Amino acid sequence: MVPTSYYLILSAVLFGLGVLAFVFKRNIITIFMAIELMLNAVNLAFVAFSQALHKSDGEVFVLFVIVVAAAEAAVGLGIIILTARNRRSLNVERVDLLKL
Amino acid sequence: MSAVLVIFFILAGLAVFGAVALIVQSHPIHSALSLILVMLCLAGLYLLMGAEFVAAVQIIVYGGAVMVLFVFVIMLLNAGEEERTNFSKLASFAGVPLALALAGLIAAAIARSTVHMPAATTGELTSTRELSKLLFSQFVYPFELTSFLILVAILGAIVLAQRERH
Repeated sequence: MVPTSYYLILSAVLFGLGVLAFVFKRNIITIFMAIELMLNAVNLAFVAFSQALHKSDGEVFVLFVIVVAAAEAAVGLGIIILTARNRRSLNVERVDLLKL
Repeated sequence: MSAVLVIFFILAGLAVFGAVALIVQSHPIHSALSLILVMLCLAGLYLLMGAEFVAAVQIIVYGGAVMVLFVFVIMLLNAGEEERTNFSKLASFAGVPLALALAGLIAAAIARSTVHMPAATTGELTSTRELSKLLFSQFVYPFELTSFLILVAILGAIVLAQRERH
């Protein structure tokens, strides 16, 4: 059997890599993918805790997270299409209208 | 070392490899394929833990629907190689210490939370029937709210992505 802490460590590593991708990447689509990666890492922790504590609540939360992520992807990609159409670029550094 | 542990390390290694590849690749379509690899590995890990329904939903919704949407948008916008810019001065000297601080924070939380945890996962299948009972009794109100959320998201996506009429 695999100890629960292994799953939690993997979840933390994936979350950290997601944060790194979020900070390092310049393409707005890739940044959005980094957010999905972080959501996936959190889901892994949810399922690990749910199995360790013998309660199914965690898996129900995972289903909710997946639904919210799907809704977020639909709206977010709509915004990305709009931004790309207006700014003619996918680089986040070029979207700086609010910058001083 | 038991077979389950071997499978865990193979899947975990592939998942971490995919996440690193997502950062290293400069083309968005390669990053998207790396992310699909991560999601498939996570589905395998869910199966390993005995969460069969979550594993199926992970493959169908994440690996299928969401990633197809991503690939579709990448092709629609004809996204090319990422250009390197060095505009941010704050990130250049505060980035690495903050990343280390985050890693330390998460490591401390894991070390503290797993002290009183049961030592191992059972690996027995959570029945989908049990899950659905919970979803339609205790969590029925949030469940209905998510359907409303999906409806709003569909409307929002349509309104955002349509061309402006004059």
